[in-house]
Amino acid sequence: MAILINETTRIIVQGFTGKIGSFHAQDMINYGSNVVGGVTPGKGGQTHLGLPVFNTVKEAVQQAGAEASIIFVPPAFAADSIMEAADAGIKYCVAITDGIPTQDMMTVKNFLRRFPVEERMVLTGPNCAGTISPGRAMLGIMPGHIYMQGNVGIVGRSGTLGYEAADQMKRLGIGISTSVGIGGDPINGSSHRDILEKFENDPETKVVLMIGEIGGPQEVEAGIFAKHHMTKPVVAYIAGLTAPEGRRMGHAGAIISSAGESAAEKVALLRELGVTICPTPAAMGATVAEVLARL
Amino acid sequence: MDIHEYQAKEILSGYGIKIAEGGLAYSPEDAVQRAREIGGHVWAVKAQIHSGARGKAGGIKICKTHDEVEAAADCLLGKRLITHQTGPAGKVCGRLYVEAGTEIAKELYFCLLVDRSSERIVMVGSAQGGMDIEELAVTNPEAIVKIYIEPAVGLQDYQARKMAFKLGLDAEVISHAVKTIKGCYKALRALDVSMLEINPLVVTKSNELVALDAKMGFDDNALFRQQKISELRDKTQEDPREMAAADRGLSYVGLDGDIGCMINGAGLAMATMDMIKLAGGEPANFLDVGGGASAERTEKAFRLVLADKNVKAMLVNIFAGINRCDWIAEGVVQAVRKIDMKVPLIVRLSGTNVEEGRKIIAESGLPIITADTLAEAAEKAVLARNEVIAKEAAGA
Repeated sequence: MAILINETTRIIVQGFTGKIGSFHAQDMINYGSNVVGGVTPGKGGQTHLGLPVFNTVKEAVQQAGAEASIIFVPPAFAADSIMEAADAGIKYCVAITDGIPTQDMMTVKNFLRRFPVEERMVLTGPNCAGTISPGRAMLGIMPGHIYMQGNVGIVGRSGTLGYEAADQMKRLGIGISTSVGIGGDPINGSSHRDILEKFENDPETKVVLMIGEIGGPQEVEAGIFAKHHMTKPVVAYIAGLTAPEGRRMGHAGAIISSAGESAAEKVALLRELGVTICPTPAAMGATVAEVLARL
Repeated sequence: MDIHEYQAKEILSGYGIKIAEGGLAYSPEDAVQRAREIGGHVWAVKAQIHSGARGKAGGIKICKTHDEVEAAADCLLGKRLITHQTGPAGKVCGRLYVEAGTEIAKELYFCLLVDRSSERIVMVGSAQGGMDIEELAVTNPEAIVKIYIEPAVGLQDYQARKMAFKLGLDAEVISHAVKTIKGCYKALRALDVSMLEINPLVVTKSNELVALDAKMGFDDNALFRQQKISELRDKTQEDPREMAAADRGLSYVGLDGDIGCMINGAGLAMATMDMIKLAGGEPANFLDVGGGASAERTEKAFRLVLADKNVKAMLVNIFAGINRCDWIAEGVVQAVRKIDMKVPLIVRLSGTNVEEGRKIIAESGLPIITADTLAEAAEKAVLARNEVIAKEAAGA
């Protein structure tokens, strides 16, 4: 099972022939992802990395049966590419691009809401490392070899902190069903809550690790969802204990701008909601192991 | 990116928002000249720094004579103002805005911002203006009105009217209020504003609606298409180290601790800083070197971290994904050889090609302390920092 992607998912790359798109497309193919082609407007009909290039996403859907896409398009054009994917009938899209204007993301989210829920494309990112279902498929830029297949779901804002978590778990012999990066931007495609819901419905996932950070309401909203709608235990770590108020910590969305957005406040609220908190970022693996042992 | 009050007012004025007559001054003589040009008998001399709550910090002076204007300007120019928004370091005032005095009948609060939860623009208002809105949210949340704007159709007249009535405005000011509110929304959408705050928005004794203060913050991700806004950047209002970092494509935030940090990825950087604190230390900075950490970039990052004289130990924590640990290790070794490092260096590498990376560090012959895990790295950094402090104490 796993969520969002598996070995049969037919993947296309938007921004396929660019330097970054090419590099990661090859990496995904090497991992075993079922990449069926890519889109670069104006280069339709060519072959790249041995795969067909299309002018539009619609053509990729019609001719190559594309179901999922990954976006490496520059920030100024990324919102347009996401909407094109949604309109063409892509089911799941990962936007890697960092630096998309917030108002563009507002437009994207509004555009997506116009589709009926059952036809609506799932978007994760932007400004993320992507999604991996270890041993099955990788739709992202992560080092695939650090992930072991198993039954813990990971959802997180950060790329490298997600790698750290996967690495800690691998050292303890714990595998992952799917790891989803939702990105560090203030407005993103899917929230922590959205991904928790998918893990709750995935028979293979037994425990979910949520890696949050300062800024925004999403971690607490996810905690409320977990309390009322989840049977599976949720473990969380919130980064940014030492972050001062009003300062942006790298990610566009990592800024404490109102009450309840600091790491300490989020931790206190999540604990009240019954979420197991990792005492330190070095104990993410160990905390997941303890929770697994109790099942 | 933030801009000054006078810049925000100039922008808003172009969108039909009424502001008091005013002018910019760089010297006490300038300030008096501006007061003369404006005329009248009362002027406000306002320090232009990137922060709210300037009034409480003594940054706004009401003057009744030209001599008072001159004295106020003399006092404010070059002064370091500390507000709860600037942090303890404060911000230096290099420009003044001299404005005609306004006869205030009523002070209101008005703000537009991106609401992360609803993913919409929200309009926030209160009939209790001039106060800190965060404080009001705690003490009297019912006094705050919030109206969400549907992005596809934008702000509608009825919503602006609803806000105006909730602000307790008289019928005769309503149409001007609607124009003001709609002008603010137009500016926000056209210029990629992430936050626009008018506190206070005042009703004058002659029943006019005037923006007495204005604060605007812009979406950094959108500056590529807002050339005119980018030009308003005042580098004197930003931390010089953070500016230097940004110019080098690095993301840096200076803090008060003494353990310097260089990490790849914002989340891992925050987590490493948390780990330092949990191990009993305090981080000197946040620094994300990003994905493609070349040797050149690594050296720049080292210089930036070590430029902070408080740093007693430096911790490098890299989880290589697209990167490779051997490349990072080469970069670190080169940087240490080039820079005369006076503080202990702790390096933790993980991820792609980690064995090769560790070998390069070990074989370099440099006094680099290595660690395998995040916990070990933080503990070793705190230990090394404590030894430096102990040595300094013994030496003194």
